[in-house]
Amino acid sequence: MDIKLNILRYNPETDRKGHWEEYLLNADPDERILDLLHKVKWFDDGSLAFRRSCAHGVCGSDAMLVNGENMLACQVLVKEVSNPIKIEPIRGLPVIKDLVVNMDSFFDSYKKVMPYLVNEEEPGERERLQSPEDRDRFEDTTKCILCAACTTSCPVFWTADTYVGPAAIVNAHRFVFDSRDNASKQRLEILKDVNGAFRCRTAFNCTTACPRGIQVTKAIEDVKRETLTIN
Amino acid sequence: MKIIRHSFDGVIVGAGGAGLRAAIEAAPHMKLAVITKLYPTRSHTGAAQGGMSAALANVEEDNWNWHAFDTVKGSDYLADQPAVDILCKEAIESVVELEHWGLPFSRLENGKIAQRRFGGHTIKEGEAPAFRACYAADRTGHMILQTLYQKCVSMGVTFFDEFQVLDIKIDDGVCKGVVAYEIATGDIHIFEARAVTFATGGFGKIYKVSSNAHSLTGDGPGMLYQKGIPLEDMEFYQFHPTGIYRLGILLSEAARGEGGILRNKDGERFMERYAPSIKDLAPRDMVSRAIATEISEGNGAGPNNDFVYLDLTHLGAETIKQKLPDITDFVRTYVKIEPIDEPIPVQPTAHYAMGGIPTDVDARVLSDAQGSILPGVYAAGESACVSVHGANRLGTNSLLDIVVFGKRAGQSMVDYVSSTKPFTLSDNAAEDLKNKVTSFIEKDHDPNFSVPKIREELQDSMEENAKIFRTDETLTHQTKILSDLRDRYSKVTISDKGKVFNTELLEAIELEYLLDMSDTTVASAQARKESRGAHSRVDHVERDDKNWLKHSFAFKNGDSVKLQYKDVELGNYEPKERIY
Ligand SMILES: Cc1cc2nc3c(=O)[nH]c(=O)nc-3n(C[C@H](O)[C@H](O)[C@H](O)COP(=O)(O)OP(=O)(O)OC[C@H]3O[C@@H](n4cnc5c(N)ncnc54)[C@H](O)[C@@H]3O)c2cc1C
Ligand code: SF4
Ligand code: FES
Repeated sequence: MDIKLNILRYNPETDRKGHWEEYLLNADPDERILDLLHKVKWFDDGSLAFRRSCAHGVCGSDAMLVNGENMLACQVLVKEVSNPIKIEPIRGLPVIKDLVVNMDSFFDSYKKVMPYLVNEEEPGERERLQSPEDRDRFEDTTKCILCAACTTSCPVFWTADTYVGPAAIVNAHRFVFDSRDNASKQRLEILKDVNGAFRCRTAFNCTTACPRGIQVTKAIEDVKRETLTIN
Repeated sequence: MKIIRHSFDGVIVGAGGAGLRAAIEAAPHMKLAVITKLYPTRSHTGAAQGGMSAALANVEEDNWNWHAFDTVKGSDYLADQPAVDILCKEAIESVVELEHWGLPFSRLENGKIAQRRFGGHTIKEGEAPAFRACYAADRTGHMILQTLYQKCVSMGVTFFDEFQVLDIKIDDGVCKGVVAYEIATGDIHIFEARAVTFATGGFGKIYKVSSNAHSLTGDGPGMLYQKGIPLEDMEFYQFHPTGIYRLGILLSEAARGEGGILRNKDGERFMERYAPSIKDLAPRDMVSRAIATEISEGNGAGPNNDFVYLDLTHLGAETIKQKLPDITDFVRTYVKIEPIDEPIPVQPTAHYAMGGIPTDVDARVLSDAQGSILPGVYAAGESACVSVHGANRLGTNSLLDIVVFGKRAGQSMVDYVSSTKPFTLSDNAAEDLKNKVTSFIEKDHDPNFSVPKIREELQDSMEENAKIFRTDETLTHQTKILSDLRDRYSKVTISDKGKVFNTELLEAIELEYLLDMSDTTVASAQARKESRGAHSRVDHVERDDKNWLKHSFAFKNGDSVKLQYKDVELGNYEPKERIY
């Protein structure tokens, strides 16, 4: 089928601001949006910049706005979106070139919430035990691939980039509800801060955007509730 | 083009499972940098699905000797047995250590780590399939990658994200550091370091249908090969039986471990004919050959008779949801089939490089088939060849390999750094890379010599001539094609002349590594006149232990490949006929 692809292009070495470019392509309805970007890059304009690696929705490289919604370009097929297709970089992070944004502040926020297991007790020679029920409590948030689709779809984050954002809270959740972890209190203190979980206005954009199907808003609510239990 | 200098004791190239595990070991003892062309969490370790084996015996009786037996038999007796012993013995503490660092394994009712069955893993040396693979649903690799990265974050490890290493400096046979290209700026960075570990992953992008990420282009092995370091056992490339038809996206062996069945167009469970005892859970080389044979005999399904079915419909919605959530989602997303109700079209997909940079069991890189050590250079993970996988890797043994030998690489870096003194690397260390980049930027673009065209022909022809079944004829033909592609590569041009995120430039440089990987694969395959593991010669169908119980070492020799051989290190298990 014939596809009209509009991409918001920006090259800091030659452009003062972003501009739309239109590409006419022939594509199979079963192809991924990522395949279309490759067609442009490989057979039309080699300078088009975007990140990608796994091409099947597990590495988190290629979150972008497709027809106004955040998604992974490799996870959506041509036949699932309306034609012409409009592609822009995710919002709220500085654009480096074309569809590539600077992720520094995103990863800084992630690092702020102590995204690692803290447990100083001697674990012994074998694994710590954990019941399947305890393991289930944080199952959903272990799936995060740090793609930033949630954070960059959040209206609070757009206006206040000091807000740690949904992705960081998801990663805090993953440890706060892990029965093996001993640092919930410290993490929740961090999230009680003005730039923490209470900034969330439950817009639900994050949950809609998450390509891993994580109940992001629910995770944030869980964390808020847990915050109230510490003093 | 700015040149920026850094001074470290050690540098790790790659932040997948192997690189991160090495970093955790080395970081407390030296000034260390991890350099990675992708953000660490984007590494392809995160795509691994099914599990990681260790004889924890959480479900049934097991011990590491049985694991070692299976690994050696699975390798078609080409693995070095002392290395296999280390792998299987250290597996147990490695899994426990990951759990202690927070890895959220799936759990049994009694709270212990859950274990499942996987191809080629048995109890009591072949008696029955073993519950040995420790897993976290079907996203075990994701959890390993996240856990190791989290650990690195907690330790404050220094990362250079989206920096691509493109040159290693070796002076008088001693490692001096690496040179990297900063993707966001186009600046060149010299990293002085006396210990360098390569953990750059696989190179599945030499084939058209592949489970590998776009980024898996063999950079580490390519860089060393171009410096005269040999590559070991390159003829052994694994095709995983169950890639999604045409796309190659992997559907883990865990699907069959949980009871999934392969069927041909008539619905027949054909593996009963090929491996009567363990059927669908036979090792990958056998299952992929069985599928290829079914297809070539007209038993494939579909209008072109070119795929078979992976049938999960009898497993029930609950098992699928609990144990195979991700891979069944891939099927829903990309093929629009509901695997609970319908069988899935699959075909073998290029998956895993058994070969790579030769190392000893301490991850030290070997510079020849006699076993000479290249001081200061280490390799681990899929880019390395220890060899623990021999001619065919068993599922779940790679996630194991990356942590066991990643750790050993880190330890070796520590030993080396503590026994040597720092030195300075002169500014002209950047010259070679600078010239390479400049020549691409200055050469006018000619669309007839573009990277994508050459790469596509490379992938198509490797798929055609050097895949599961090979003959002298197909390999001779492929050698000619590769030599023509190399000629054209010497004239290759790019259109993007910018400095910022010039990924066209990087794809051009990576293409040379892909050519190196293909050359060595084809040359080693042509020389090996026997069939063993993943290497099946239609014109030499038997395994020949008398002449070929040895590892190939492929050296760069101008534009051709020169081969040497190194004997396999045997141990407890004498080569036997491989029947399952
Ligand atoms: C889909 C899939 C499923 C799998 N499932 C399993 C399984 O269930 N069990 C199992 O045991 N194995 C499995 N495997 C195999 C296993 O996952 C891999 O072999 C293993 O993860 C490789 O890890 P690695 O650390 O060597 O490389 P990778 O994880 O691929 O990491 C490579 C790193 O090198 C970096 N890099 C590469 N080139 C450069 C350069 N020039 N400069 C700087 N950095 C560079 C990259 O950025 C990346 O960080 C699977 C493989 C695939 C593809
Ligand atoms: S929570 Fe979902 S959308 Fe947000 S970073 Fe993680 S995977 Fe991406
Ligand atoms: S390329 Fe990995 S998530 Fe899309």
